[in-house]
Amino acid sequence: MSTAPQPKQGTRPVAIVSFAQAPTQRRIEQANEVELLMPVISEVYAQANMTKDDVDFVCSGSTDYLIGGPFSFVTALDAVGVWPPKRESHVEMDAAWALYESWVQLQEGDLDVALVYGFGKSSLGDLQRILALQLDPYTMAPLWPDQVSLAALQAQAMIDRGLATEEDFAGVASRSRRDAMNNPNAQVANDLDVATLLKEEYIASPLRRHCVPPLSDGAAAMILVAGDRAFDVVDRPAWITGIDHRIEAHAFGVRDLATSPSTTKAAHMAGVGEGDVDVAEIHAPFAHQEILLASALGLSSATTLNPSGGPLAANPLMAGGLIRFGEAANRIMDGTASRAVAHATSGPILQQNLVAVLEAAS
Amino acid sequence: MSDALETQDPVTMLSTPIRLDYDFTAGVAQSRSLRGYAEGRFVGQRCPVCKKVYVPSRGSCPVDAVPTKEEVVLPNTATVTTFCVVNVPFAGQSIEIPYITASILLDGADITFMGLIQGIPADEVRMGLRVEAVWVPKEELGPTLASVKYFQPTGEPDREISTFREHL
Amino acid sequence: MAEPTEVYTSTHVLEYPYSRSVGPVIGAFLTGLREGKIVGIRGENGRVIVPPTEYDPETGAETSGFVDVGPGGVIETWAWVEHPRDDAPRSTPFAWALVRLDGADTALLHVVDAASKDEVTTGARVTAHFLDEGERQGRIQDLCCFQLEETS
Ligand SMILES: [Zn+2]
Repeated sequence: MSTAPQPKQGTRPVAIVSFAQAPTQRRIEQANEVELLMPVISEVYAQANMTKDDVDFVCSGSTDYLIGGPFSFVTALDAVGVWPPKRESHVEMDAAWALYESWVQLQEGDLDVALVYGFGKSSLGDLQRILALQLDPYTMAPLWPDQVSLAALQAQAMIDRGLATEEDFAGVASRSRRDAMNNPNAQVANDLDVATLLKEEYIASPLRRHCVPPLSDGAAAMILVAGDRAFDVVDRPAWITGIDHRIEAHAFGVRDLATSPSTTKAAHMAGVGEGDVDVAEIHAPFAHQEILLASALGLSSATTLNPSGGPLAANPLMAGGLIRFGEAANRIMDGTASRAVAHATSGPILQQNLVAVLEAAS
Repeated sequence: MSDALETQDPVTMLSTPIRLDYDFTAGVAQSRSLRGYAEGRFVGQRCPVCKKVYVPSRGSCPVDAVPTKEEVVLPNTATVTTFCVVNVPFAGQSIEIPYITASILLDGADITFMGLIQGIPADEVRMGLRVEAVWVPKEELGPTLASVKYFQPTGEPDREISTFREHL
Repeated sequence: MAEPTEVYTSTHVLEYPYSRSVGPVIGAFLTGLREGKIVGIRGENGRVIVPPTEYDPETGAETSGFVDVGPGGVIETWAWVEHPRDDAPRSTPFAWALVRLDGADTALLHVVDAASKDEVTTGARVTAHFLDEGERQGRIQDLCCFQLEETS
């Protein structure tokens, strides 16, 4: 019989045992947030052969600005069934951080099962304006810089440093969208070569359309189980053997944008380099960021990057990071990988980075 | 060294207006309730597990976490579960004070919503009062709760609090 | 199962008329802009931070001592926008840039005015260009853009 591998952080092994996501679309009009979440949450329960009564803790990630209504995360709880009263929490961040909070809660020892979910619709508002609101409100947000232009500042810094070329960016996009053809939940999937992509015009140079993620509506949910109980749920639980979150200055004018020291630190703490990495799911919304992050994570060319197609194929805000964890966990659970890395980012231009190592029990 | 702080009139405040435009979607369940208002009737949904009727419904039973797909048309009659007397004027007010805002429990529903009470002096409104919806004229009906002008007493005997205690 | 429903959609607008108190440090920066100059502050190890903050953004150490910087500076990185959004600071093509002002150790996000993308390069010298005195109100838009210095 297998035993849970001892994690680098904490004292209690925690595993991802089920994961579901809504097929990502440009605009999901036939569902409010509750209706978007219901099928996804039903599916993670069904996969785990659990009901809401098995869940000890519920944590979600979302932002009200996307919907344009206050406390939308409270409304969304209608999809979850939190009665009789459950322990519940919410983060105004990608739901990958809801996973992180759940992992911390599960370390306490008196909880065994957590439901994590995230949802976001980019179709309701103007995402560029909404994301500008995460910038410094005195000296930056009043100029309304859009996130594509800000990402382009980073891409240009990489080019100037000789770290990547526009061909490299197109290569990431070409591979991602081709891989996405095997992902039924992807939104942008096609087979275009680098030469074709380089004929596209710039949105904000050096970023062309293919370097930029789609605007997406979507949702995702996951169940975490602590201890050997995870083996009762699934044959190959995806054990979180290392997890760490690091941040950098919010004011990106003080940072070196061509590097991601927070990712490097988090990867070190999570133990990424302590074994071979079969698969990495990297939350790199822009093509150049995959190159930057793969390097910061210390991954070698032997690691398969974003086989799901990654955020370039589907990028539901507030769920996209959790989807990276779910896709990486699925590779463990389906037996195609033994050791995987999951990464999520939040904040302007890769300010915050969360890294985890997922492993099958030996 | 800068002499920026030596000015007689330093900047202390900054106006940063934000405008965000949205294209909201009500989803399926809420749209059914909204269509009901446009047709002059209350449309709710029943939970397949606990059989509770939610009006309006967001498409799920918040207790059982299952979709509420069965549509239920509810009558115009209702009970006031609790209420408050509004005595303070506020900007944009369209009704004369004092007026009554009440929690309305439609007959057959398991959840209350806010409604205006008219046709009775403010000091006579009470918990358990039986009321009925008064809709705007047919040509003014729309997919909005504003299609209900107000609720007025039916004259029926009051309901015992014990009959709606669980909805308070 | 009920028949498919036509879903209602509706536009709506949220407006937040925020008025922020800026405090003495950002206040000094905005006061400087109103007077047509750019002010930074000394942080950890004496490095000059622009825009100034009450704390060193990386170490959290308290900052002190305002310093005039610029008006010249260097483009650290940039992004050319051929089709500006409606809410962009320019309606014609321009570059966003991080500009390290002379005397500063960090970069300021702003706009570089140029006739075409070909004129903009990393490392190029630029100069702050302000609105006319009567138009300046003590806000980041008082600095209307950076312009490329003549290279002759
Ligand atoms: Zn129910």
